[in-house]
Amino acid sequence: MYTRIMVPVDLAHKDKLGKSLDVAAKLAASFEAELVLVGVTSALPGSLAHTPDEYREKLDAFAAEQGAAHGITARALAKIGHDVVTDLDRSLLAAIDEAGADLVVMQSHVPNITDYVWPSHGGHLASHAKVSVMIVRN
Amino acid sequence: MSDMDEQGIPAPEGASDIINTDYEIGQDNIDGQVGPFGFDIHNPVFLVSGLAVVAFVFYTLALPEQAGSAFTWLFGAVTKGFDWFFLGAANIFVLFCLFLIVSPLGSVRLGGAEATPDYTYIGWFAMLFAAGMGIGLMFYGVSEPMSHFSSSFGGIASEGGARTDWAPLGAAEGDEAAATRLGMAATIFHWGLHPWAIYAVVALALALFSYNKGLPLTIRSAFYPILGERVWGWWGHCIDILAVFATLFGLATSLGFGATQANAGLSELFGVPVNDTVEVLLITGITAIALVSVLRGLDGGVKILSEINMGLAFLLLLFVLIAGPTVAILTGFGDYLLAYVEYLPALSNPVGREDVNFMQGWTSFYWAWWISWSPFVGMFIARVSRGRSVREFLICVLLIPSLVCVLWMSVFGGVAIQQVVQDGYTAAQDAELPIQLFKMLDALPLTGITSLIGIVLVIVFFVTSSDSGSLVIDTITAGGKVDAPVPQRVFWCIFEGAVAIVLLLSAGGLASLQSMVISTGLPFTVVLLLMCFAIWRGLRAERS
Repeated sequence: MYTRIMVPVDLAHKDKLGKSLDVAAKLAASFEAELVLVGVTSALPGSLAHTPDEYREKLDAFAAEQGAAHGITARALAKIGHDVVTDLDRSLLAAIDEAGADLVVMQSHVPNITDYVWPSHGGHLASHAKVSVMIVRN
Repeated sequence: MSDMDEQGIPAPEGASDIINTDYEIGQDNIDGQVGPFGFDIHNPVFLVSGLAVVAFVFYTLALPEQAGSAFTWLFGAVTKGFDWFFLGAANIFVLFCLFLIVSPLGSVRLGGAEATPDYTYIGWFAMLFAAGMGIGLMFYGVSEPMSHFSSSFGGIASEGGARTDWAPLGAAEGDEAAATRLGMAATIFHWGLHPWAIYAVVALALALFSYNKGLPLTIRSAFYPILGERVWGWWGHCIDILAVFATLFGLATSLGFGATQANAGLSELFGVPVNDTVEVLLITGITAIALVSVLRGLDGGVKILSEINMGLAFLLLLFVLIAGPTVAILTGFGDYLLAYVEYLPALSNPVGREDVNFMQGWTSFYWAWWISWSPFVGMFIARVSRGRSVREFLICVLLIPSLVCVLWMSVFGGVAIQQVVQDGYTAAQDAELPIQLFKMLDALPLTGITSLIGIVLVIVFFVTSSDSGSLVIDTITAGGKVDAPVPQRVFWCIFEGAVAIVLLLSAGGLASLQSMVISTGLPFTVVLLLMCFAIWRGLRAERS
């Protein structure tokens, strides 16, 4: 049914990825689909990596680790943005095409009052992506 | 811990000389949640600089007279007592940049040998200009050439052996042509190579140490070659706090003055009343537009606004060129450029000058002003310059903007002076500073449209300053993290508008705090001189 499942990941907050990765891995296993972990970073040095190359290596390693842990094929796709926090939605939308994904599984918080002014990334993706988007709540 | 959590420092794209430090970006940060808003701030830079700003505002409000006289004294002591230091240091910055352009070190690429530019020339150039001096060009494009022309034409006056006139160098009493050339040369001197060299030094230092050396994007990183690991302690905190302080007060005071000036312009054009309410509304409006731009980010906000403004400014320039005395302006451009080259050695001489008022009241003031702005502008330029070679960077940050300033001043100042000399039209000469531009436009056709474009330009330049300033302050107070939560930028943007409003409503608050900001130019001049040394060492390490 699905051949490539994209999961946006924030390497700095791996503890907050919650169930999304597990759900995506189980779906990938049952559809025999490939898992694509997408991370967005800036070209400037940050807490995770000092360069885009270093970030790519870390994301690749994380994808390999996840693939092995769940017995599925997993690869990484790193997007480099000028201003990561504000460009995140656009970068993720572009990543769907670039990865050739036909399903997006992503974590999102339970909506609160700020969502009226600041829509969640999951909400934005669900309303703008051409493929199916599955939002996993905490 | 898995392999993922290790913080090694591998090479950037292609060869570069990385700095080996155990410091982890964000290690001193505190992150958490206030209500629904997340934050990620540097301890103690965020808190100390925020509280220092509040303390200074309170001091100025509680004891306005004492604060006013203290800051005015400080300002006078700095610009008058250290005039030789500012002039000498600025000359060193220009020579250092020119040396780098021709030296083999110019081939080093920011971001590693194989890095590619983040922005196209147009987008990059528009942002350089909007951050660097856009607003100043609007206010001083007519008034400064006019002012130097008038004082030069008026000739030398002295009392007790000391010059009391404000003319540059030996003036040009009663000689219109010579006074025009001297006035234009002096203006171009203040807006040409020297200010851009000041910005280029800071921007180059920050870009080099972040993109090629893997250090965080904060002012302190440029000091690594000098201070070593101590840069992560209180030495570094102090440098960053001073930068935040100068940037925030610099932005808030110019926002306050800008509102006063925009109000004067609106009153002249549309009969809008001049009062506190209108000015507070203007600051609120500018801050609100800046907020939208902040939320849209670097590419969706500042970049688009900067490009729009560059297009509008170019149209206005073209219009004045065509509607004004075209041939005279074009020949003037070449002539004024030559006059600049001719007078440059005398104007930049730091010692033994007779034109003390001009040297201290104009040049030394300007240098201190540009230098106090340099952490903000330099950091913003660094942020958008990845992928350029040092030579390309310096040609585009130093030479091209200088030429554009020559063109701008030749057109706007040249037309205004021509109006006085040829047509005897003195409305611009006699007007208050904020409306001189509009008085000059009055004498040309389509005044309604061009004046409106003028006002839009002023407002949008303020928006881009407020926006890019919030971005810079947020990055410094987040310890160099560029992905801190957006509400932090929103906080700084609002904070800056609020400080501007409070100072505007207090009598004399704006002027006295602006004096204080300009005084921060003195410690920063030392900082910039040390940066030159750090750049030289950093670039040599890249090459070897």
